[in-house]
Amino acid sequence: MKKKSMKGWLYLLPAILFLGCFMVYPLIDVLIYSVEEGYNSASQTYWGVGLYNYSYVLRDPYFLQAVKNTLILVAITVPLSTGFALLISLGLNAVKPLRSLFQTVYFLPYVTNTLAVGLVFMILFKKTAYTEGLVNLMLQWFGASSVDFIDGPYWAKMFVLCFYTIWVVMPFKILILTSALASVNPEYYSAARMDGTRPFRIFYKITLPMISPMIFYLVITGFIGAFKAYSDAVALFGTDLNAAGMNTIVGYVYDMLYGNSGGYPSFASAAALILFAIVLTITCVNLLISKKTSVN
Amino acid sequence: MEKKLDFDRIERRAAARKKAFHGADYLFLAVWAVIVLFPFYWMLLTSLKSYSAYNAEYIPRFFTASPTLQNYFDAFSAVSLGRYFLNTILFTAVTTAMMMLVIIPAAFAFARLDFPGKQIAFTLFLSLMMIPNELVVITNFVTITNLHLRNTFTGLILPSVTSVFYIYLLKENFEQIPDELYKAARVDGTTDFQYLLQVMIPICKPTLTTITILKVIECWNSYVWPRLITDNPQYYLVSNGIQEIRENGFGRENIPAMMAAVVVISVPLIALFLIFHKKVMAGVSRGGLKG
Amino acid sequence: MKVVLEHLTKRFPSRSKKEEDVIAVNDFNFEIPDGKLIGLLGPSGCGKSTTLNLICGLEPPTEGKIYFGNDDVTRLPPENRGVGLVFQNYALYPHLTVLENIQFPLKNLRGAERPTKEQMLERAKEAAKLVQIEGLLERKPSELSGGQQQRVAIARALVKMPKVLLLDEPLSNLDARLRLQTREEIRRIQLETGITTIFVTHDQDEAMSISDMIVVMKAGVMQQMGPPQDVYDQPVNLFVATFLGTPQINVFDGEVKNGWLYIGGDRVLETPGPEDQKVSVGIRPEGFTLDENGPFALNLERVEVMGRDTSVVSTHPASRSAFIRSIIPARNRVDKTKKTVRFRLMPDKVFLFDAKTEERVPFTLPPEGVEG
Repeated sequence: MKKKSMKGWLYLLPAILFLGCFMVYPLIDVLIYSVEEGYNSASQTYWGVGLYNYSYVLRDPYFLQAVKNTLILVAITVPLSTGFALLISLGLNAVKPLRSLFQTVYFLPYVTNTLAVGLVFMILFKKTAYTEGLVNLMLQWFGASSVDFIDGPYWAKMFVLCFYTIWVVMPFKILILTSALASVNPEYYSAARMDGTRPFRIFYKITLPMISPMIFYLVITGFIGAFKAYSDAVALFGTDLNAAGMNTIVGYVYDMLYGNSGGYPSFASAAALILFAIVLTITCVNLLISKKTSVN
Repeated sequence: MEKKLDFDRIERRAAARKKAFHGADYLFLAVWAVIVLFPFYWMLLTSLKSYSAYNAEYIPRFFTASPTLQNYFDAFSAVSLGRYFLNTILFTAVTTAMMMLVIIPAAFAFARLDFPGKQIAFTLFLSLMMIPNELVVITNFVTITNLHLRNTFTGLILPSVTSVFYIYLLKENFEQIPDELYKAARVDGTTDFQYLLQVMIPICKPTLTTITILKVIECWNSYVWPRLITDNPQYYLVSNGIQEIRENGFGRENIPAMMAAVVVISVPLIALFLIFHKKVMAGVSRGGLKG
Repeated sequence: MKVVLEHLTKRFPSRSKKEEDVIAVNDFNFEIPDGKLIGLLGPSGCGKSTTLNLICGLEPPTEGKIYFGNDDVTRLPPENRGVGLVFQNYALYPHLTVLENIQFPLKNLRGAERPTKEQMLERAKEAAKLVQIEGLLERKPSELSGGQQQRVAIARALVKMPKVLLLDEPLSNLDARLRLQTREEIRRIQLETGITTIFVTHDQDEAMSISDMIVVMKAGVMQQMGPPQDVYDQPVNLFVATFLGTPQINVFDGEVKNGWLYIGGDRVLETPGPEDQKVSVGIRPEGFTLDENGPFALNLERVEVMGRDTSVVSTHPASRSAFIRSIIPARNRVDKTKKTVRFRLMPDKVFLFDAKTEERVPFTLPPEGVEG
């Protein structure tokens, strides 16, 4: 018996070592960092314990800008991408020929390098001395005036960021929703057709309730994912996101750690924990709502 | 007679509505397909335009009459794209292999073996799934820096090895293997380790393949950790490489060469996906998440 | 409402060009009289369910016409046909209560057809009462037993007062006891409402026990249609004969010579009429009479006592199956020590079929009719 018990732990040992060093220890450490005031990474000293790091971060205009950017991004991309993915999945579900071709094409963004394709988006939207850029050209076809989406006004930059984020997250959502739709027993649709149910009512009364768990799952993971946005912004606006005014909370954490304003792990920790708190709260609220809705 | 007419109208209307709906549906699907594919087309197209031709186009053109591969030569010669490429392959291969060595025994222990504290250990493992990477990156960065492992492959790889989620996924799959097989193997005198190698791994090959593919995608696209831990281009992965190229490479604004680099970076994963698209999509829908 | 099928054919195109199209329903012609209960019977994969889908309009036919009464409804969408369909797995909406499920079809109606809220409630309750589930209206389908779900499904189909009610394998998901009970129930509801009802089943007991008429199908082709007893007594071919009846009919290779039937050399029965030819012989299990001097000798294997009857299991070289089963009244004792058992045959329980086409070969029954 004793030999047996040792063996189980032996198989777990590598995983425990890795997780201990790179997940559990850091987790505790980040809490400690976040309350060590005036931590100096060169001398590894600090002069006190308290909540100064949090208050500093919360008053840092760069952080506030990052929070604002992230919130706007979340508020726009999560509902839009989920709704749009639902529309596309419904469209996919209604056709037979070419369906799997469309599905494969729609999934492509998932396997592409965010940084690399972000560069393409930048070029499409950018306006330089040599060219207006393709998107601006199209805007002009419709009689609108051109605008630099990469170095121009805030709303334009936010638009590109949202557009690219949606482009990137769509594959996952379409995939999940199409398989959710496909798993609805076709007899329900036959039954509804027999009763002469109109398409919208079928959608609202049958499809939606049946796939609502998956929609909630997507909304929750969508919130979490969007709050952690970072590489999309880097791909479009470059590494110096503060200068572009397009930083995100995660970007702020990394900048604090290493970058132009780098070397402040305490501030980074405080910011990361604030982000974690926000995400956790929103996830819990989401779960509560989903529970309430499914009870009714 | 009157009723008959009525029927005809209903029939015709229903058929027409169905046709119109299908037409609109395909149009809608095609529009999104174009939005998805267009960036890929554009990068390919731009990478084939010559530098002078591209810069001469004030109004971008949707095709090129004289495609050139010059940009691809530039991408490999003017910047060390080949280096980034090899780095990424090495990083991806070693990380994925190490992950397999770590998660297979762990999943086996949870699925098959009995030992005191198993329940608590598993609960702790599960709770780790909730921890976002952003929280632990900070200390890992400090740890690796203090160990003087910045700008080394060791520093790049070690924190990227484990994944609680994949342990979970594999454990679930291992548990689906019926108990009788294990008992039969024990009766035949097979040791636990032999059983793992000769029975469980072959049976769970589809799941292992899925996990491998997902991990490869993750490694190939990883950006944040490599960016923190490397500032020497010798150790850049493709993501950092492309960012470096964007900010400092090719002098200013050699966009066609930049696009050639983007194409080179994107091709391996797209090829992998097109070959395994069923497996990749099935795997992702079982629990992959971008980021 | 009378239902008429005319040359109804459904072909499913094959996946590849090499394979042939699958013909699920092949040139159906039949007329279902108004207000009757019809059992559509056949082995799985014979096209029963496809026929049902064609009648209710969920699938368009490749060829042929469907009439309800005098109206051609072939191309009419299902919601305009006025049919109710009960699905094999009931297809109750799991997130709606029983009452909401039953009301669902009514809420789809628009304009002048749409009843008021009170009318909807009243009609739903009426339908619920008909299937005896008034007490379950507030429950969710997951809280009901299989039989109760079945009733809800029937109520939902009845609530819009269909002209034709279709049931797809209505009893297949119930356990044996409930199945007996539910089939009586279906019969009662059908008689009470007088709605023309067609139900699909692969279980011949089910079909024979409650139907006014049965339609036997095989591989997309209609074999025979008629009242259950007629079809049982006068099967048109070997397939129908074997498909109906438990225990199954015993089939032998035989020969007709000079007005007599020979099985494996034994001259077993006088069969005047047909010319001399090789035949397949079907003998119902109840067609054997124990007789020490009988012409038909079988190798006795064992005797199974069933209480009311006795089942004699035996073998014979000319038999198509390993064992022959004959059912005789329990008062007739079989001497189990003997190796052979001898029978006389009842002429009306013996059917001859052409050895090649398997079509029935009629012979003249003796005037006295049934004996012993």
